Amino acid sequence: MSIEIDHVNKHFRDFIAVDNVSLTFREGELTALLGPSGSGKTTLLRIIAGLEQPDTGRIRFHGEDTTDLHVSQRGVGFVFQHYALFKHMSVFQNVAYGLTVRPRRTRPSKAEIRRKVMELLELVQLDWTAHRYPHQLSGGQRQRIALARALAVEPKVLLLDEPFGALDAKVRAELRRWLRRLHDEIHVTSVFVTHDQEEALEVSDRVVVMNKGRVEQDGSPEEVYDHPANPFVYQFLGNVNLFHARVHDGVAKIGDVTLPAPEFEGYQNAPGQAYVRPHEIEVFADRDHDGALHAKVELVSVVGPMVRLELRTDNSEALVHAELPKHRFRALGLQQGGDAWIRPIHSRVFLPDSRVANG
Amino acid sequence: MTTSTTVLETQDTLAKRWRRATEEPAWLRLTLIGTALTFLALFLVLPLSVVLYGAFEQGLGVWYAAIRDPDAMAAIRLTLLIVAIVVPLNTLFGIAAAWAIAKFEFRGKPLLISLIDMPFAISPVVVGLIFVILFGSQGWLGPWLSSHDLRIIFAVPGIVIVIAFGTLPFIARELIPLMQQQGKEEEEASLTLGASGWKTFWHVTLPNIKWGLIYGIILCNARAMGEFGAVAVVSGRIRGETNTMPLHIEVLYNEYMFTAAFAVSSLLTGLALVTIAIKSLVEWHDERRQRLAVL
Repeated sequence: MSIEIDHVNKHFRDFIAVDNVSLTFREGELTALLGPSGSGKTTLLRIIAGLEQPDTGRIRFHGEDTTDLHVSQRGVGFVFQHYALFKHMSVFQNVAYGLTVRPRRTRPSKAEIRRKVMELLELVQLDWTAHRYPHQLSGGQRQRIALARALAVEPKVLLLDEPFGALDAKVRAELRRWLRRLHDEIHVTSVFVTHDQEEALEVSDRVVVMNKGRVEQDGSPEEVYDHPANPFVYQFLGNVNLFHARVHDGVAKIGDVTLPAPEFEGYQNAPGQAYVRPHEIEVFADRDHDGALHAKVELVSVVGPMVRLELRTDNSEALVHAELPKHRFRALGLQQGGDAWIRPIHSRVFLPDSRVANG
Repeated sequence: MTTSTTVLETQDTLAKRWRRATEEPAWLRLTLIGTALTFLALFLVLPLSVVLYGAFEQGLGVWYAAIRDPDAMAAIRLTLLIVAIVVPLNTLFGIAAAWAIAKFEFRGKPLLISLIDMPFAISPVVVGLIFVILFGSQGWLGPWLSSHDLRIIFAVPGIVIVIAFGTLPFIARELIPLMQQQGKEEEEASLTLGASGWKTFWHVTLPNIKWGLIYGIILCNARAMGEFGAVAVVSGRIRGETNTMPLHIEVLYNEYMFTAAFAVSSLLTGLALVTIAIKSLVEWHDERRQRLAVL
């Protein structure tokens, strides 16, 4: 079932939470709503669920207007950041809840409910917890039960609000891969909210980047990462270095380095800012490289297989962050406090006031 | 061997020193505990014993006769009737007020929260006077009421009103922090699962506030039975008609019928003690439940 968001606005007192957002979530897709806190992503999700009412705009499920439909009638599965399991009910009762509260004429028989609940508990690999209570489970287990509970009512769409936000890093990584596999199995249209760009890029079919209540970019994880639409998206999706640059006839010049910038064909000597990711900076131990800038190595930190360098060039106050594999770092023989030469190998230039320059 | 003994000794002395550093000296502890226990004995245990002694001094038969007195029976019946009206009324109000405050945002919320506390702040006598001024024959609504043949002051409705007013905060006060702390996620989860508002209240909200609610009802009940000042003003003290148990006790006392006064007192005290026993049971159960929940 597709979800269509049509010019939705929502404000809380003076704060504009959702600012004229229009989006379509396609059938069977797993979409990440990605953004910093206060970007309106959770509000948008709650509006889709019917837990908030939009000020203006419409919500449609598969073409059918659901804007004024009560949350209990919408057929959405909602997973909360803090699980929101019913504390006084066993795991079995939690998962069965959506079926047992149905009016008598649509309620399945006891045996049918039992079969369905056990099936779902097997799906989330927690059938052995049926008689336990939520407080006896770990965070990851609780969230899987919450998911099973949401799926029990066979929702048309599945909405997840920072589903892994309260879990520790390892469980989080495991659970998001598990969610991806589960989605491939059941194929229900799903939207999940996250502020973690890695999570969004890894799990989803599609990423919608939000900021200040607006959609900044909407595309596949690869598109969004490789071709950020604007400086905000660039900065939000990973670390970035900023260099002063000039664009001239389809090339960008950073110091003596010339990089292709075909989108600026026809521009003459325009000042702009070049965004360069840490792994897009080449580091050398000697000066025999065209256009390489001299810098001092101020800090070396080894993070697992990668080495992160903080460098200071001669003519800039800002630090340059570079990232390279450990074996490459060893081969270069760089040292903290020593000299190095750096050269950007790829950049994305944004001119001032051109938030939407395409690339 | 030697090393391990030394280590043990060191740990032992360390533990001792640590204990000394964080504990109060013995004389201070004894003084504090002694003062508290003396106070309890003087102001709680002694009066309670006096009531029981006074009630049974002349034997069970006299005690029973004092209770079976028609006026005493009327007072007991009236008190129980009032409790049966007031407690459910305040339970409904308490849940509604706590729900509104904990789950909704609206203008004037801080005002509502402080208004709920008002009955605690106003002297009961003043409460009684407020309702006499409102409903009394010389009061604002008096002429209208008498023209419709309705009696509130010097009748049961007046007593119900002042007691309901005086005990209004108990249940709401108990539930507001509880419901605020629980938030509304579980209710939202229930709604998304297709449950109606009523089913959500019944299956999710009520079980979550159950113990707080019981605790509030017990407190409300204890206070409703014992309320004196406001009732004294509005009831008109008509023997056998508008005298509640506390008022009846005062009448007996003023008429130098001490044994009878103590007998009815012992009954009222007994009801209070039962209430407190139930309260302790609820607290104990709640504590145990929370301890289990942590494990």
